[in-house]
Amino acid sequence: MDNLILDEMDDSPKVKFSHENGKLEMSGKSLPEDVSTFYQPILDWLTEYSEAPAGETEFTFKLTYFNTASSKLILDILSILEKMKDDGKKVAVKWYYPEYDEDMRDAGQEYSEMVDVPFEHFSYNP
Amino acid sequence: MSDVKLNKGFLDFVYDFYKGMKEHEITLAYEGEINHQIMKTFTSLAEGNMSKNDESEMLQKKVYHVMVECLQNISKHAVHPEDETDLEYNRGIFLISRNNKVYNVTTGNVIKKERTSYLTELLDHVNSLNKEELNVLYKKQLREGHLSEKGGAGLGFIDIRRKTGEELLFKFLPLSDTHAFFLLTSTIPRNF
Repeated sequence: MDNLILDEMDDSPKVKFSHENGKLEMSGKSLPEDVSTFYQPILDWLTEYSEAPAGETEFTFKLTYFNTASSKLILDILSILEKMKDDGKKVAVKWYYPEYDEDMRDAGQEYSEMVDVPFEHFSYNP
Repeated sequence: MSDVKLNKGFLDFVYDFYKGMKEHEITLAYEGEINHQIMKTFTSLAEGNMSKNDESEMLQKKVYHVMVECLQNISKHAVHPEDETDLEYNRGIFLISRNNKVYNVTTGNVIKKERTSYLTELLDHVNSLNKEELNVLYKKQLREGHLSEKGGAGLGFIDIRRKTGEELLFKFLPLSDTHAFFLLTSTIPRNF
């Protein structure tokens, strides 16, 4: 399957999903006008990927902002990863948040409590 | 001649409007269509102003978030005061005010009267909860709630309340038998 690459826009994140090495990354802001339309290709790609993933899958979130409508879709992404883990695949999530941003830190904490996937949290200086 | 009178009255109004804005420390006021493009314009304008005023990154981020959520609420939920078939009617007012303690983000838009009881119940409930209860409700809604047709996840009010720590101030003013004007103010403390 093809890799999924989406350029960063002022209201949507950069997406870089590589099938071969299992490195999947989303970074930037997420507040698209229509969240369902924006996230559908991402969820479709992940669903297909989850059937024949790389040996190890590492999903990196490096978002600086997401609105509440996006938060639902982020949980949908994590649910696909959780299902992969349940199916015996090796999956890990890396959650990066700007060091000043307690809300993004808490969001990562909250997601890690909602899905059963190994989560690592990192603060960085943006 | 009547035109001259009208103009003079109008200019007096503009001056009163200006004084009113100063008095209430309003830094941005808008009435008109609220769509995605306008939301992006206002949020970047506010980001620029706050950054110029040396506000902390965390405060900038919280004000930005409240603006996004409130403006998206209007672009998704505002209705026409008379013609209910006009689904693209996304008008409203939008104000930002600030003093040495807080930023306030206020929106106003026309809604169908039948939504007032639902909104009152929801907002009263959200206002009554403490931080832990809000986190529980947010997670429950995130897990169980479904995206509406217009892309809302029903999370906006809960999230504003828990991230600002302040109660949401709201009021409904009757416009007609079928419609009401919905005013909402979110307060973001400058030191949290």
